[in-house]
Amino acid sequence: MKTIKNKTIEQIASWIFFAIGMITILCVLVITLYLISSGLPAIQKIGLKEFLFSSTWNSTGSDPKFGILPFILTSLYGTLGALLLAVPVGIGCAIYLSKFAPPALKRCLLMGIQVLAGIPSVVFGLVGMVVLVPWIRSMFHLSDGACLLSAMIVLAIMILPSVVNVSLNALDAVPSEYEEASIALGATKLETVRKVSFPAARSGILASIILGTGRAIGEAMAVIMVSGNVANMPNMFQSVRFLTTAISSEMSYASGLQKEALFSIALVLFVFILLTNTILSKLMKEVQSNDSH
Amino acid sequence: MIPIKTKEMLLIQRSAEKTKPNYRKWKDRLFQASLWGAMSVCAVLTFSLIVYVAIKAVPNINLDFLLGQPSYIEDTIGILPAILNTLYLLLGPLLFVVPLGVGAAIYLNEYCKSARLVSLIEYTSDILSGIPSIVYGLVGMLFFCQFFNLQTSILAGALTLVIMNIPTIMKTTRESLKTVPNSYREGARALGAGKWKTIHTVVLKSCRSGMITGILLTVGRILGESAALLLTAGFAQVLNPIYEGMFSSGASLSVAMYVFAKERGEFDVAFGIAGILLILTLIISVAAQILEARTKER
Repeated sequence: MKTIKNKTIEQIASWIFFAIGMITILCVLVITLYLISSGLPAIQKIGLKEFLFSSTWNSTGSDPKFGILPFILTSLYGTLGALLLAVPVGIGCAIYLSKFAPPALKRCLLMGIQVLAGIPSVVFGLVGMVVLVPWIRSMFHLSDGACLLSAMIVLAIMILPSVVNVSLNALDAVPSEYEEASIALGATKLETVRKVSFPAARSGILASIILGTGRAIGEAMAVIMVSGNVANMPNMFQSVRFLTTAISSEMSYASGLQKEALFSIALVLFVFILLTNTILSKLMKEVQSNDSH
Repeated sequence: MIPIKTKEMLLIQRSAEKTKPNYRKWKDRLFQASLWGAMSVCAVLTFSLIVYVAIKAVPNINLDFLLGQPSYIEDTIGILPAILNTLYLLLGPLLFVVPLGVGAAIYLNEYCKSARLVSLIEYTSDILSGIPSIVYGLVGMLFFCQFFNLQTSILAGALTLVIMNIPTIMKTTRESLKTVPNSYREGARALGAGKWKTIHTVVLKSCRSGMITGILLTVGRILGESAALLLTAGFAQVLNPIYEGMFSSGASLSVAMYVFAKERGEFDVAFGIAGILLILTLIISVAAQILEARTKER
């Protein structure tokens, strides 16, 4: 009797877990289907070429124009700029903490970086708004400091913790024998880091950059607070609008074709994330298989 | 002839020793200095940001601020509604996301026999965790607010948060499930326990800390979430009884902070909320680190 009861419990448990496992697949399917079905109509009406490559966005005018080239380029430049600022500093910091820093300093700074990683993005936006934007305005004599440069700096600070954390983990995982052997052969620390530690930790460092890219492309609220939010073509010192902020700034009052166009922007953003994810996960696999040879 | 040659060789050798190692040494020093520079940039940025928010926040946090509610008529500002909304938006999603995430991890690690299905689920959860929150907001708006007719409400926001956070819990739980030695499972099975019994008596107990880490991460993510909630849960700041509150629009702390800073230009209030968010973040990261240290000890 008891074994039969146990068996049914086991059977039910396995069904439940199977169902739960399917739910994640279902979620992705639902999200993808919804994005495609709601994003395609506007693209059809506007025309793919016009939508992606025309440089004027004037959604509320009497003759509305829906070209998202400025948003795409701004998102690309903004992310690239943030990476250019954050990656050298982040990786340098990770190397220092991993190979040179005294343990107390390492623990203390790591604690701070962990907190920085957890701070909500709107807080970065607020500090950017109050400190960075006025500073950039007076520094470069602009009429308004809310521009692409401010957004790049805020994004760079936001992705810095992920870059430091993940590359630090990778660098810490390099067996110290490798480095000791290199030092024993007469190599300097620089040569050791460049020729031994860095190649051994390559995949982790790459992963940290990927993580930062994802976070920078997807960020909306911090960026909307410091970038000015005007649909200009990207310019360092001009107010700009990102793909993400284009959605959030017009969603609350949009209707009709304008609303549909916003869904299409979300679709474009989704495709971007999908592309970077796939390309970079392939890259990771390559690096990993190279490592194991 | 021979002595001269050795002399020349000595000279060459000496000059080589003199120039090359020096050159290398300088390069090395420059490298270390630049690393130190990068580290100090990080340190200064991190700590000055935290200290700046703290200093700006302290004068604004008091009891009236914490327990009041914003009203144009009485000209008061308070964040009690936002605090309550945040609480609902934390507890509600956690109630669903923990069983779902842990369950999916258990399925992947313990039940699923097809490697292709495992990699498919892993791939989809990677996609899920990479999707920007604003896109979640849009989908949540279409799916929950419009398709299920929940309107802009805390409930719709909570359901969106559930979908957003399944991958986080799943990933952390899976990582710690992987570290449970197979001999534990074999031991339990050899004693006659079924698969489910093995899992809930042996396996889950030894990966509790991994699950708690996942929950902490999720709490942090929900606290910081703003874009998705702005579209699904709205930004009203009214005190409601729980049941009505679920079905009406409400701003979490992060969303309220955004509204105060961007829409209303009240930076003092915004910094007050930022200070509270900072304290919560601190608590979470300290708890996570204590947990990590404990797991390592074991």
